[in-house]
Amino acid sequence: MEGLKDVILQYVTKEYLEDDSEPLNFDTPLISGGIVDSFSMVSLKRFLENRYNIQIPDDKATPEAFDSVNKIAVLVEEFVGKKG
Amino acid sequence: MAYPEKIRNLYQGQVKAIQDAGLFKQERFIHSPQAADIDVEFPAGAPLKKVINMCSNNYLGLSSHPDVVKAAHEGLESRGYGMSSVRFICGTQDIHRELERRMTEFLGTEDTLLFPSCMDANAGVFEAVLTKDDVMISDRLVHASLIDGIRLCSAMHDTYKHSDMAHLEEKLQLHADKRLKMVITDGVFSMDGDTAKLDEMVALGEKYDAMLLVDDSHSSGFIGKTGRGTHEKCGVMGKIDIITTTFGKALGGASGGCVSGRRELVEMCRQRARPYLFSNTIAPVVVSGVLKVMEILSASTERRDKLEKNAAYWRKGLTEAGFVLREGDTPIVPVMLFNAKLSQDFSKALYDEGIYAIGFFFPVVPQGQARIRTQISAGHEIHHLDRALDAFIKVGKKFNILGKTKQEIIQMYGM
Repeated sequence: MEGLKDVILQYVTKEYLEDDSEPLNFDTPLISGGIVDSFSMVSLKRFLENRYNIQIPDDKATPEAFDSVNKIAVLVEEFVGKKG
Repeated sequence: MAYPEKIRNLYQGQVKAIQDAGLFKQERFIHSPQAADIDVEFPAGAPLKKVINMCSNNYLGLSSHPDVVKAAHEGLESRGYGMSSVRFICGTQDIHRELERRMTEFLGTEDTLLFPSCMDANAGVFEAVLTKDDVMISDRLVHASLIDGIRLCSAMHDTYKHSDMAHLEEKLQLHADKRLKMVITDGVFSMDGDTAKLDEMVALGEKYDAMLLVDDSHSSGFIGKTGRGTHEKCGVMGKIDIITTTFGKALGGASGGCVSGRRELVEMCRQRARPYLFSNTIAPVVVSGVLKVMEILSASTERRDKLEKNAAYWRKGLTEAGFVLREGDTPIVPVMLFNAKLSQDFSKALYDEGIYAIGFFFPVVPQGQARIRTQISAGHEIHHLDRALDAFIKVGKKFNILGKTKQEIIQMYGM
Protein backbone atom coordinates (compact mmCIF):
# COMPACT_ATOMS: atom_id res chain seq x y z
CA MET A 1 0.00 0.00 0.00
CA GLU A 2 1.70 3.12 -1.20
CA GLY A 3 2.28 5.83 1.35
CA LEU A 4 1.10 3.76 4.32
CA LYS A 5 4.40 4.06 6.16
CA ASP A 6 4.55 7.78 5.50
CA VAL A 7 1.04 8.22 6.84
CA ILE A 8 1.94 6.33 10.03
CA LEU A 9 5.24 8.18 10.45
CA GLN A 10 3.53 11.52 10.01
CA TYR A 11 0.81 10.65 12.53
CA VAL A 12 3.27 9.35 15.14
CA THR A 13 5.46 12.44 14.74
CA LYS A 14 2.54 14.83 15.16
CA GLU A 15 0.87 12.87 17.94
CA TYR A 16 3.75 11.91 20.18
CA LEU A 17 6.85 13.98 19.49
CA GLU A 18 7.72 17.27 21.12
CA ASP A 19 8.96 20.08 18.89
CA ASP A 20 12.62 19.59 19.79
CA SER A 21 12.69 15.78 19.51
CA GLU A 22 14.98 13.76 17.24
CA PRO A 23 13.18 12.82 13.98
CA LEU A 24 11.89 9.26 13.58
CA ASN A 25 12.55 6.68 10.90
CA PHE A 26 10.59 3.56 9.93
CA ASP A 27 12.58 1.39 12.35
CA THR A 28 12.75 3.69 15.40
CA PRO A 29 11.52 1.67 18.41
CA LEU A 30 8.38 3.52 19.48
CA ILE A 31 7.16 1.72 22.58
CA SER A 32 10.34 0.00 23.77
CA GLY A 33 12.13 3.29 23.01
CA GLY A 34 9.79 5.24 25.29
CA ILE A 35 8.39 7.47 22.52
CA VAL A 36 4.84 6.07 22.68
CA ASP A 37 3.55 4.78 26.02
CA SER A 38 1.16 1.86 26.00
CA PHE A 39 -1.69 4.19 27.10
CA SER A 40 -1.26 6.47 24.13
CA MET A 41 -1.18 3.56 21.66
CA VAL A 42 -4.97 3.58 21.63
CA SER A 43 -5.22 6.76 19.58
CA LEU A 44 -2.85 5.36 16.95
CA LYS A 45 -4.93 2.17 16.75
CA ARG A 46 -8.16 4.13 16.40
CA PHE A 47 -6.62 6.46 13.82
CA LEU A 48 -5.56 3.49 11.67
CA GLU A 49 -8.92 1.78 12.04
CA ASN A 50 -10.81 4.90 10.99
CA ARG A 51 -8.45 5.80 8.16
CA TYR A 52 -8.30 2.33 6.57
CA ASN A 53 -11.76 1.19 7.64
CA ILE A 54 -10.46 -1.90 9.45
CA GLN A 55 -10.79 -3.45 12.93
CA ILE A 56 -7.59 -4.51 14.69
CA PRO A 57 -8.49 -6.95 17.51
CA ASP A 58 -6.99 -6.06 20.90
CA ASP A 59 -4.97 -9.29 21.01
CA LYS A 60 -3.21 -8.22 17.80
CA ALA A 61 -2.60 -4.65 18.95
CA THR A 62 0.30 -5.59 21.19
CA PRO A 63 3.18 -3.31 22.19
CA GLU A 64 5.45 -5.55 20.07
CA ALA A 65 3.27 -5.17 16.97
CA PHE A 66 3.20 -1.38 17.42
CA ASP A 67 6.89 -0.97 18.14
CA SER A 68 7.96 0.62 14.84
CA VAL A 69 6.41 2.16 11.76
CA ASN A 70 7.51 -0.88 9.73
CA LYS A 71 5.83 -3.31 12.14
CA ILE A 72 2.64 -1.28 12.29
CA ALA A 73 2.51 -1.20 8.48
CA VAL A 74 2.76 -5.01 8.35
CA LEU A 75 -0.14 -5.28 10.79
CA VAL A 76 -2.33 -2.81 8.94
CA GLU A 77 -1.63 -4.48 5.58
CA GLU A 78 -2.72 -7.83 7.04
CA PHE A 79 -6.15 -6.45 7.89
CA VAL A 80 -6.56 -4.34 4.78
CA GLY A 81 -5.73 -7.52 2.82
CA LYS A 82 -8.37 -9.51 4.72
CA LYS A 83 -10.96 -6.86 3.98
CA GLY A 84 -10.32 -7.10 0.23
CA MET B 1 7.17 -19.48 54.01
CA ALA B 2 10.09 -19.89 51.72
CA TYR B 3 12.46 -16.97 51.31
CA PRO B 4 15.64 -18.71 50.10
CA GLU B 5 18.89 -16.90 49.36
CA LYS B 6 18.17 -16.75 45.64
CA ILE B 7 15.01 -14.71 46.25
CA ARG B 8 16.83 -12.45 48.72
CA ASN B 9 19.59 -11.98 46.14
CA LEU B 10 17.05 -11.12 43.47
CA TYR B 11 15.63 -8.25 45.54
CA GLN B 12 19.04 -7.12 46.74
CA GLY B 13 20.03 -6.89 43.08
CA GLN B 14 16.96 -4.77 42.32
CA VAL B 15 17.67 -2.40 45.23
CA LYS B 16 21.28 -2.10 44.11
CA ALA B 17 20.18 -1.33 40.56
CA ILE B 18 18.05 1.53 41.92
CA GLN B 19 21.06 2.79 43.90
CA ASP B 20 23.42 2.46 40.94
CA ALA B 21 21.01 4.42 38.74
CA GLY B 22 21.08 7.24 41.30
CA LEU B 23 17.34 6.84 41.92
CA PHE B 24 17.46 5.63 45.52
CA LYS B 25 15.10 7.61 47.75
CA GLN B 26 16.32 8.33 51.23
CA GLU B 27 14.09 9.72 53.97
CA ARG B 28 15.14 12.64 56.11
CA PHE B 29 13.89 12.48 59.69
CA ILE B 30 12.19 15.64 60.96
CA HIS B 31 12.18 15.97 64.75
CA SER B 32 9.78 18.88 64.98
CA PRO B 33 6.20 19.66 63.85
CA GLN B 34 5.76 20.46 60.16
CA ALA B 35 6.45 24.18 59.68
CA ALA B 36 8.67 26.72 57.93
CA ASP B 37 11.45 26.08 60.45
CA ILE B 38 12.19 22.40 61.08
CA ASP B 39 14.83 20.29 62.85
CA VAL B 40 16.19 17.61 60.52
CA GLU B 41 18.35 14.54 61.07
CA PHE B 42 20.12 13.82 57.79
CA PRO B 43 21.77 11.56 57.04
CA ALA B 44 20.46 9.13 59.66
CA GLY B 45 22.43 9.54 62.88
CA ALA B 46 23.68 13.04 62.03
CA PRO B 47 23.13 15.82 64.61
CA LEU B 48 19.93 17.82 64.18
CA LYS B 49 20.12 20.77 61.82
CA LYS B 50 17.75 23.73 61.79
CA VAL B 51 16.63 24.38 58.22
CA ILE B 52 13.97 26.34 56.36
CA ASN B 53 11.50 24.04 54.69
CA MET B 54 10.95 25.01 51.04
CA CYS B 55 9.41 21.76 49.80
CA SER B 56 6.33 20.87 51.81
CA ASN B 57 2.71 20.96 50.65
CA ASN B 58 1.84 22.90 53.80
CA TYR B 59 0.63 25.74 51.57
CA LEU B 60 -1.56 27.46 54.16
CA GLY B 61 0.70 26.79 57.14
CA LEU B 62 -2.10 24.93 58.93
CA SER B 63 -0.34 21.61 59.56
CA SER B 64 0.62 22.62 63.08
CA HIS B 65 -1.82 25.50 63.66
CA PRO B 66 -2.75 25.61 67.37
CA ASP B 67 -6.50 25.78 66.70
CA VAL B 68 -6.30 22.73 64.43
CA VAL B 69 -4.23 20.80 66.97
CA LYS B 70 -6.71 21.76 69.72
CA ALA B 71 -9.69 20.65 67.59
CA ALA B 72 -7.96 17.34 66.89
CA HIS B 73 -7.41 16.83 70.65
CA GLU B 74 -11.08 17.53 71.30
CA GLY B 75 -12.10 15.16 68.53
CA LEU B 76 -9.90 12.47 69.99
CA GLU B 77 -11.62 12.90 73.37
CA SER B 78 -15.18 13.08 72.08
CA ARG B 79 -15.10 10.56 69.19
CA GLY B 80 -12.23 8.24 70.10
CA TYR B 81 -9.19 7.04 68.20
CA GLY B 82 -10.38 4.54 65.60
CA MET B 83 -13.52 3.13 64.02
CA SER B 84 -12.46 -0.49 63.49
CA SER B 85 -14.88 -0.70 60.59
CA VAL B 86 -15.41 0.42 57.02
CA ARG B 87 -17.96 3.18 56.47
CA PHE B 88 -20.99 1.12 55.44
CA ILE B 89 -20.80 -1.39 58.31
CA CYS B 90 -20.28 0.67 61.46
CA GLY B 91 -17.50 3.10 60.52
CA THR B 92 -19.44 6.32 59.87
CA GLN B 93 -19.70 8.99 62.55
CA ASP B 94 -21.76 12.17 62.41
CA ILE B 95 -18.55 14.16 61.86
CA HIS B 96 -17.71 12.20 58.68
CA ARG B 97 -21.00 13.25 57.12
CA GLU B 98 -20.54 16.78 58.50
CA LEU B 99 -17.16 17.06 56.76
CA GLU B 100 -18.75 15.82 53.53
CA ARG B 101 -21.36 18.56 53.82
CA ARG B 102 -18.70 21.19 54.52
CA MET B 103 -16.64 20.14 51.51
CA THR B 104 -19.71 20.16 49.24
CA GLU B 105 -20.45 23.71 50.35
CA PHE B 106 -16.82 24.83 50.08
CA LEU B 107 -16.24 23.37 46.62
CA GLY B 108 -19.67 24.41 45.31
CA THR B 109 -20.64 20.89 44.26
CA GLU B 110 -23.68 18.65 44.83
CA ASP B 111 -22.27 15.97 47.15
CA THR B 112 -18.98 14.62 48.56
CA LEU B 113 -17.61 11.26 49.66
CA LEU B 114 -14.56 10.91 51.90
CA PHE B 115 -11.74 8.49 51.05
CA PRO B 116 -8.74 7.38 53.15
CA SER B 117 -6.56 9.47 50.79
CA CYS B 118 -6.83 11.26 47.45
CA MET B 119 -4.71 8.44 46.05
CA ASP B 120 -7.61 6.16 47.05
CA ALA B 121 -10.20 8.56 45.64
CA ASN B 122 -8.38 8.54 42.30
CA ALA B 123 -7.89 4.79 42.46
CA GLY B 124 -11.60 4.18 42.95
CA VAL B 125 -13.51 6.81 41.07
CA PHE B 126 -13.10 5.71 37.44
CA GLU B 127 -14.06 2.08 37.83
CA ALA B 128 -17.09 3.18 39.87
CA VAL B 129 -18.58 5.37 37.15
CA LEU B 130 -17.25 4.13 33.77
CA THR B 131 -17.40 0.86 31.81
CA LYS B 132 -15.66 -0.68 28.81
CA ASP B 133 -18.03 1.22 26.50
CA ASP B 134 -16.56 4.54 27.67
CA VAL B 135 -13.36 6.50 27.17
CA MET B 136 -11.09 8.44 29.52
CA ILE B 137 -8.99 11.18 27.93
CA SER B 138 -6.27 12.50 30.21
CA ASP B 139 -3.61 15.20 30.09
CA ARG B 140 -0.19 13.59 29.61
CA LEU B 141 1.15 15.14 32.83
CA VAL B 142 -1.56 14.06 35.28
CA HIS B 143 -0.53 12.81 38.72
CA ALA B 144 0.54 9.17 39.20
CA SER B 145 -2.52 8.43 41.34
CA LEU B 146 -4.84 9.31 38.45
CA ILE B 147 -2.82 7.07 36.16
CA ASP B 148 -3.21 4.19 38.61
CA GLY B 149 -6.97 4.77 38.84
CA ILE B 150 -7.19 4.85 35.06
CA ARG B 151 -5.28 1.55 34.87
CA LEU B 152 -7.83 -0.04 37.21
CA CYS B 153 -10.77 0.94 34.99
CA SER B 154 -12.03 -1.07 32.03
CA ALA B 155 -12.85 2.01 29.93
CA MET B 156 -10.61 2.85 26.97
CA HIS B 157 -7.88 5.37 27.76
CA ASP B 158 -6.29 8.01 25.57
CA THR B 159 -4.16 11.07 26.29
CA TYR B 160 -3.70 14.59 24.97
CA LYS B 161 -0.57 16.74 24.96
CA HIS B 162 -0.14 18.78 28.13
CA SER B 163 -2.73 21.59 28.22
CA ASP B 164 -3.10 21.46 24.42
CA MET B 165 -6.76 22.24 23.86
CA ALA B 166 -6.66 21.69 20.08
CA HIS B 167 -5.27 18.21 20.69
CA LEU B 168 -7.91 17.51 23.32
CA GLU B 169 -10.61 18.53 20.84
CA GLU B 170 -9.15 16.13 18.24
CA LYS B 171 -9.36 13.35 20.79
CA LEU B 172 -12.96 14.20 21.67
CA GLN B 173 -13.77 13.94 17.96
CA LEU B 174 -11.81 10.70 17.56
CA HIS B 175 -13.79 9.08 20.38
CA ALA B 176 -17.18 10.59 19.51
CA ASP B 177 -18.73 7.11 19.20
CA LYS B 178 -18.10 6.17 22.82
CA ARG B 179 -21.05 5.93 25.25
CA LEU B 180 -19.47 8.27 27.82
CA LYS B 181 -16.38 10.45 27.60
CA MET B 182 -14.48 11.74 30.61
CA VAL B 183 -11.69 14.31 30.37
CA ILE B 184 -9.17 14.08 33.23
CA THR B 185 -6.71 16.70 34.45
CA ASP B 186 -4.88 18.06 37.46
CA GLY B 187 -6.10 21.52 38.52
CA VAL B 188 -2.58 22.72 39.30
CA PHE B 189 0.13 20.41 37.96
CA SER B 190 2.32 19.33 40.83
CA MET B 191 5.71 19.32 39.13
CA ASP B 192 5.32 22.44 36.98
CA GLY B 193 2.94 24.59 39.01
CA ASP B 194 0.88 25.59 35.97
CA THR B 195 -2.92 25.68 35.98
CA ALA B 196 -5.27 23.68 33.75
CA LYS B 197 -7.39 25.72 31.32
CA LEU B 198 -10.61 24.69 32.96
CA ASP B 199 -12.73 27.37 31.27
CA GLU B 200 -11.77 26.05 27.82
CA MET B 201 -12.11 22.47 28.98
CA VAL B 202 -15.63 23.08 30.29
CA ALA B 203 -16.55 24.64 26.92
CA LEU B 204 -15.16 21.61 25.06
CA GLY B 205 -16.98 19.28 27.44
CA GLU B 206 -20.26 21.04 26.70
CA LYS B 207 -19.61 20.94 22.94
CA TYR B 208 -18.81 17.20 22.90
CA ASP B 209 -20.93 15.95 25.83
CA ALA B 210 -17.87 14.97 27.86
CA MET B 211 -17.63 14.93 31.64
CA LEU B 212 -14.67 16.62 33.33
CA LEU B 213 -12.70 15.33 36.32
CA VAL B 214 -10.20 17.61 38.06
CA ASP B 215 -7.73 16.57 40.76
CA ASP B 216 -7.41 19.78 42.74
CA SER B 217 -5.04 18.49 45.41
CA HIS B 218 -2.49 21.28 44.77
CA SER B 219 -5.23 23.95 44.69
CA SER B 220 -7.96 23.33 47.28
CA GLY B 221 -7.85 25.96 49.99
CA PHE B 222 -5.80 28.62 48.22
CA ILE B 223 -6.29 28.87 44.43
CA GLY B 224 -9.05 31.30 43.41
CA LYS B 225 -10.15 34.48 45.18
CA THR B 226 -11.61 32.60 48.14
CA GLY B 227 -9.43 29.50 47.85
CA ARG B 228 -12.09 27.16 46.46
CA GLY B 229 -9.71 25.86 43.83
CA THR B 230 -8.87 25.97 40.15
CA HIS B 231 -12.54 26.03 39.15
CA GLU B 232 -12.98 29.29 41.07
CA LYS B 233 -9.88 30.81 39.45
CA CYS B 234 -11.15 29.84 35.97
CA GLY B 235 -14.72 31.02 36.60
CA VAL B 236 -16.34 27.59 36.25
CA MET B 237 -17.65 26.89 39.77
CA GLY B 238 -20.52 24.38 39.57
CA LYS B 239 -19.43 23.14 36.15
CA ILE B 240 -16.88 20.50 37.09
CA ASP B 241 -18.49 17.05 37.17
CA ILE B 242 -15.99 15.49 39.58
CA ILE B 243 -13.36 17.14 41.79
CA THR B 244 -10.98 14.92 43.72
CA THR B 245 -8.83 16.52 46.38
CA THR B 246 -6.77 15.85 49.48
CA PHE B 247 -6.68 16.88 53.13
CA GLY B 248 -3.01 15.95 53.13
CA LYS B 249 -1.70 19.22 51.74
CA ALA B 250 -3.15 22.71 52.35
CA LEU B 251 -6.20 21.50 54.30
CA GLY B 252 -4.34 20.57 57.47
CA GLY B 253 -1.87 18.19 55.85
CA ALA B 254 -2.69 15.06 57.87
CA SER B 255 -4.36 12.57 55.53
CA GLY B 256 -7.56 11.78 53.67
CA GLY B 257 -9.19 12.83 50.46
CA CYS B 258 -12.55 13.01 48.76
CA VAL B 259 -14.58 12.77 45.58
CA SER B 260 -16.93 15.73 45.21
CA GLY B 261 -19.26 16.53 42.34
CA ARG B 262 -22.50 15.49 40.65
CA ARG B 263 -24.82 13.75 43.12
CA GLU B 264 -25.24 10.55 41.09
CA LEU B 265 -21.52 10.18 40.41
CA VAL B 266 -20.73 10.55 44.11
CA GLU B 267 -23.47 8.03 44.93
CA MET B 268 -21.96 5.55 42.46
CA CYS B 269 -18.65 5.92 44.30
CA ARG B 270 -20.43 5.27 47.61
CA GLN B 271 -21.86 2.08 46.13
CA ARG B 272 -18.94 0.85 44.05
CA ALA B 273 -15.57 2.52 44.77
CA ARG B 274 -13.40 -0.21 46.22
CA PRO B 275 -11.03 1.91 48.37
CA TYR B 276 -14.16 3.37 50.04
CA LEU B 277 -15.85 -0.02 50.44
CA PHE B 278 -12.89 -2.02 51.68
CA SER B 279 -10.88 0.37 53.82
CA ASN B 280 -11.52 2.37 56.99
CA THR B 281 -12.16 6.02 56.31
CA ILE B 282 -10.36 9.01 57.83
CA ALA B 283 -9.79 8.69 61.58
CA PRO B 284 -12.04 10.84 63.81
CA VAL B 285 -9.10 12.84 65.13
CA VAL B 286 -8.18 13.90 61.59
CA VAL B 287 -11.78 14.67 60.62
CA SER B 288 -12.01 16.96 63.67
CA GLY B 289 -8.87 18.77 62.59
CA VAL B 290 -10.07 19.21 59.01
CA LEU B 291 -13.43 20.57 60.21
CA LYS B 292 -11.49 23.28 62.08
CA VAL B 293 -9.45 23.98 58.94
CA MET B 294 -12.66 24.46 56.94
CA GLU B 295 -13.96 26.81 59.63
CA ILE B 296 -10.76 28.88 59.48
CA LEU B 297 -10.85 29.08 55.68
CA SER B 298 -14.53 29.94 55.51
CA ALA B 299 -14.08 32.81 57.98
CA SER B 300 -11.21 34.59 56.22
CA THR B 301 -9.04 34.58 53.10
CA GLU B 302 -6.12 35.98 55.09
CA ARG B 303 -3.94 32.89 54.76
CA ARG B 304 -4.41 32.34 51.03
CA ASP B 305 -3.84 36.07 50.47
CA LYS B 306 -0.57 35.89 52.37
CA LEU B 307 0.42 32.79 50.40
CA GLU B 308 -0.26 34.58 47.13
CA LYS B 309 1.93 37.52 48.20
CA ASN B 310 4.70 35.19 49.42
CA ALA B 311 4.69 33.23 46.17
CA ALA B 312 4.87 36.39 44.06
CA TYR B 313 7.73 37.73 46.23
CA TRP B 314 9.66 34.46 45.91
CA ARG B 315 9.13 34.16 42.16
CA LYS B 316 10.22 37.78 41.64
CA GLY B 317 13.36 37.28 43.75
CA LEU B 318 14.43 34.18 41.86
CA THR B 319 13.70 35.78 38.48
CA GLU B 320 15.73 38.88 39.32
CA ALA B 321 18.58 36.68 40.53
CA GLY B 322 18.72 35.10 37.07
CA PHE B 323 17.31 31.59 37.58
CA VAL B 324 15.37 29.79 34.86
CA LEU B 325 11.87 29.17 36.25
CA ARG B 326 8.78 27.41 34.97
CA GLU B 327 6.15 30.03 34.14
CA GLY B 328 3.21 30.19 36.54
CA ASP B 329 1.46 32.04 39.33
CA THR B 330 0.99 29.32 41.95
CA PRO B 331 3.03 28.57 45.10
CA ILE B 332 4.84 25.80 43.19
CA VAL B 333 7.95 27.45 41.75
CA PRO B 334 10.26 25.04 39.90
CA VAL B 335 13.88 26.19 39.50
CA MET B 336 15.03 24.52 36.29
CA LEU B 337 18.46 22.85 36.26
CA PHE B 338 17.83 20.28 33.46
CA ASN B 339 20.67 17.93 34.51
CA ALA B 340 19.80 15.22 37.08
CA LYS B 341 23.14 15.25 38.90
CA LEU B 342 23.18 19.03 39.05
CA SER B 343 19.74 18.96 40.70
CA GLN B 344 21.06 16.58 43.39
CA ASP B 345 24.28 18.56 43.95
CA PHE B 346 22.33 21.82 44.07
CA SER B 347 19.92 20.40 46.64
CA LYS B 348 22.80 19.19 48.81
CA ALA B 349 24.54 22.56 48.65
CA LEU B 350 21.30 24.27 49.64
CA TYR B 351 20.98 21.93 52.62
CA ASP B 352 24.48 22.87 53.71
CA GLU B 353 23.25 26.47 53.67
CA GLY B 354 20.24 25.56 55.85
CA ILE B 355 17.65 25.31 53.09
CA TYR B 356 15.61 22.15 52.59
CA ALA B 357 14.56 21.80 48.93
CA ILE B 358 14.57 18.63 46.88
CA GLY B 359 15.85 17.98 43.36
CA PHE B 360 13.53 16.08 41.03
CA PHE B 361 14.66 14.24 37.92
CA PHE B 362 13.59 11.49 35.53
CA PRO B 363 11.32 9.52 35.85
CA VAL B 364 9.47 11.89 38.23
CA VAL B 365 9.82 14.62 35.59
CA PRO B 366 10.63 14.12 31.87
CA GLN B 367 14.21 13.37 30.85
CA GLY B 368 16.37 16.49 30.70
CA GLN B 369 14.00 18.57 32.84
CA ALA B 370 15.54 18.10 36.28
CA ARG B 371 14.71 20.83 38.74
CA ILE B 372 14.49 21.99 42.34
CA ARG B 373 10.79 22.27 43.09
CA THR B 374 10.23 25.01 45.65
CA GLN B 375 6.89 25.32 47.39
CA ILE B 376 5.82 28.42 49.23
CA SER B 377 3.68 28.51 52.36
CA ALA B 378 1.64 31.06 54.25
CA GLY B 379 3.75 29.83 57.16
CA HIS B 380 6.78 31.50 55.59
CA GLU B 381 7.63 35.02 56.72
CA ILE B 382 9.56 37.41 54.47
CA HIS B 383 12.73 36.74 56.49
CA HIS B 384 12.46 33.03 55.62
CA LEU B 385 12.17 33.85 51.94
CA ASP B 386 15.03 36.35 52.06
CA ARG B 387 17.30 33.81 53.74
CA ALA B 388 16.33 31.13 51.26
CA LEU B 389 16.92 33.53 48.38
CA ASP B 390 20.40 34.39 49.69
CA ALA B 391 21.20 30.68 49.82
CA PHE B 392 19.85 30.05 46.32
CA ILE B 393 21.95 32.93 44.96
CA LYS B 394 25.08 31.70 46.76
CA VAL B 395 24.61 28.16 45.41
CA GLY B 396 23.59 29.47 41.99
CA LYS B 397 26.88 31.41 41.83
CA LYS B 398 28.84 28.33 42.94
CA PHE B 399 27.43 26.36 40.01
CA ASN B 400 27.67 29.36 37.70
CA ILE B 401 24.07 29.22 36.44
CA LEU B 402 22.79 32.69 37.35
CA GLY B 403 21.72 34.66 34.27
CA LYS B 404 22.31 31.61 32.09
CA THR B 405 19.73 30.37 29.59
CA LYS B 406 18.41 26.83 29.36
CA GLN B 407 20.78 26.12 26.46
CA GLU B 408 23.78 27.51 28.33
CA ILE B 409 23.05 25.41 31.43
CA ILE B 410 22.64 22.29 29.28
CA GLN B 411 25.88 23.13 27.49
CA MET B 412 27.73 23.27 30.82
CA TYR B 413 26.16 20.26 32.55
CA GLY B 414 24.45 18.20 29.83
CA MET B 415 20.82 17.08 29.78
